Amino acid sequence: MATVTDPPKAGFRLSMLIYDTRYRSMTIQVVALIGFLLLAGFLINNTIQNLATSGKSIGFGFLGEPAGYDINQVLIEYNNQNSHLRAAFIGLLNTLLVAVMGCITATIVGVIIGVLRLSPNWLIAKLTAIYVEMFRNVPVLLWIVFTMAILIETLPAPSAFRGDDPEATLKLFESVAVTNRGVYVPEPLFSRSLGDIHLFGNSAVNFDISLDLMLLVAVIVGSIFGARALKRHADATQEKTGKRPTTWYLTLGILVVPALIVLIALGFHLGYPELRGFNFQGGTYLRNSLIALWLALSLYTAAFVAEIVRAGILAISTGQTEAAGALGLRPKRIMNLVILPQALRVIIPPLISQYLNLTKNSSLAIAVGYMDLTGTLMGITMNQTGKELEAVFLGMLIYLAISLSISAVMNWYNNRVRLVER
Amino acid sequence: MKKSLFLGAVTVAGLAATAGAAATLDDVKARGTLNCGVATGVPGFAAPNASGEWEGFDVAVCRAVAAAVLGDPTAVEFVPTTGKTRFTALASGEIDMLARNTTWTFSRDVDLKFTFVGVNYYDGQGFMVPKELGVSSAKELDGATVCIQTGTTTELNLADFFRVNNMSYEPVPIETNAEAQQQYLAGACDVYTTDASGLAATRSTFENATDHVILPEIISKEPLGPLVRHGDSEWGDVVRWSLNAMIAAEEYGVTSANVGEMSMEAGDNPEVNRLLGTEGNLGEMLGLEGDWAKKIIESVGNYGEVFAGTIGESTPIGLSRGLNAQWTEGGLLYAPPFR
Repeated sequence: MATVTDPPKAGFRLSMLIYDTRYRSMTIQVVALIGFLLLAGFLINNTIQNLATSGKSIGFGFLGEPAGYDINQVLIEYNNQNSHLRAAFIGLLNTLLVAVMGCITATIVGVIIGVLRLSPNWLIAKLTAIYVEMFRNVPVLLWIVFTMAILIETLPAPSAFRGDDPEATLKLFESVAVTNRGVYVPEPLFSRSLGDIHLFGNSAVNFDISLDLMLLVAVIVGSIFGARALKRHADATQEKTGKRPTTWYLTLGILVVPALIVLIALGFHLGYPELRGFNFQGGTYLRNSLIALWLALSLYTAAFVAEIVRAGILAISTGQTEAAGALGLRPKRIMNLVILPQALRVIIPPLISQYLNLTKNSSLAIAVGYMDLTGTLMGITMNQTGKELEAVFLGMLIYLAISLSISAVMNWYNNRVRLVER
Repeated sequence: MKKSLFLGAVTVAGLAATAGAAATLDDVKARGTLNCGVATGVPGFAAPNASGEWEGFDVAVCRAVAAAVLGDPTAVEFVPTTGKTRFTALASGEIDMLARNTTWTFSRDVDLKFTFVGVNYYDGQGFMVPKELGVSSAKELDGATVCIQTGTTTELNLADFFRVNNMSYEPVPIETNAEAQQQYLAGACDVYTTDASGLAATRSTFENATDHVILPEIISKEPLGPLVRHGDSEWGDVVRWSLNAMIAAEEYGVTSANVGEMSMEAGDNPEVNRLLGTEGNLGEMLGLEGDWAKKIIESVGNYGEVFAGTIGESTPIGLSRGLNAQWTEGGLLYAPPFR
């Protein structure tokens, strides 16, 4: 006789939280979470309490006060009567400038070095290996300081350009002044300028955009679209008739003529640097601090990029090279058409983190007196107002935002180009 | 790095009050050493000598406090601070006092919550230029490139000076005196500006000191003095009166040479007697030994001796007393009565 018995109804006992494997992991997590929250709460509470006892209050009102200090490199208008917020914004723009310049240069140099390191030529391979090991294994701060020291000590001071028989002269047809304070290059000027448009009114982040520049960019973008349409047309003709029409002079015309017309219409001319008073005046002034920081950051990061590129290329099996060779492609075309396009997909994810590193490393700028976000908001502003907590917190938030934006853009790009597995 | 910086800032803020609330005097006595913030290296004011010992005018204040509190002028842990790090170091309790040519200003006193205990050097901001530039006045500096230590009052004075005089300039922000010197000597900046005493000190280390001139304009008032945190007045009193003891000792002619003799027994001058502890109990009131001031003068010297030995006219720095003479000699130094 078979009796069907229900499985015993297990009552829940507290000890099961520890001894029952179904609940144990949950218990551990909850305990850890409580511990973490307590710790965080303690830190925050302690901070607030201690700030209160030392009579300091937390607030961001200081951002509206006049900054009172000057910044040498300003991409948009600024004077020392503007607010701390504006100064921080100037610093942020400087950070972004050096980060963008650095990322571009690091990528170009890195790819070249990475490819060359795989060269069958012994000398080139060894030289690039030395480059990579040298830059990778010395702290970037030392490279920054070292580059700055070289610029300051080896280049002539502006006073060397003075006199009837100067020790130093302008380079490149008397147009570029290379001094130990920086490099002055000719600046583009427009004699029939369209003026600027003013954005964001009177807020701390207001700035002007040059209409000349906008027009020029619009025309060039339009030309590129035109050239593309021409290329599509040529492709279609080739498909249909088997003959490709000669279009290079048309393409050149489409690309160059409209831009030239705009430049002439706006009265484009170059403003040359000229020694006046203590310094060169006129021209675009690339400060030493910017050059040193930019060079050091990009050469340092390029060493890492080179290794990533080399790894990416080595990740493509030699069968691909052999197959391409069997099809009759020359080595240069194999690299350009077969290997690199595939390698790039392997390269991009680690490349993102190198871009992030470069951007974050740019906060070492103060070592050479480059006024980036760390130098303005988390440097002088913090020092003059005594708002350490707020300034550092705000600075962290901004760096976080920059880094996450770079990640987002690069991840989007990565998703577009990554290997689609079938 | 950013994260640890934030956590650091949180901890700093966390520690600040603990340190502020506790009695610093007891802490120092228990620890056996005084943590004193000084500059990273300004010759004559605070710089390590050839054997690595810190020496200088500001360093002497640290040593005086150590002598008064611990009876040993060498029981000092010197913490080099830059213009940027000094206030955080003091607020966080990393150092007990700061003696680093720091200007006494309203906002530092009131807003940053520090107590300036006095002035040990009356200074003003000046400009140094190479002679070959042919500049004779700061008003001729329109368009010049100016090296400046970042995070200091000089930065703000400079901005004001050029704005008021309707001149432009190119600031080159620098972290330390040594970097400024390098850039200035290489000609990467035309002008170096800081407190006039600092300029003299820096110039003294140049190979050709005579090739550089300090312009006559003094564009600001820079009363430099030691400071402590708000909230511990007892400790503030100790530092304040240690400084005053040095100043008063000079006024009454007590020197390191004669202090031993003068403190043997009460003399004719009741003020000196009270200072040296042969009469009254001033030391006890401060929470120190009765002969605290004697120890200072014995081991460090009075204000005049320290001045002459570190930055005076016979040293390479070659500063004259000027405003820093005793009030009896036309200067501004004036120690309140020891009574």
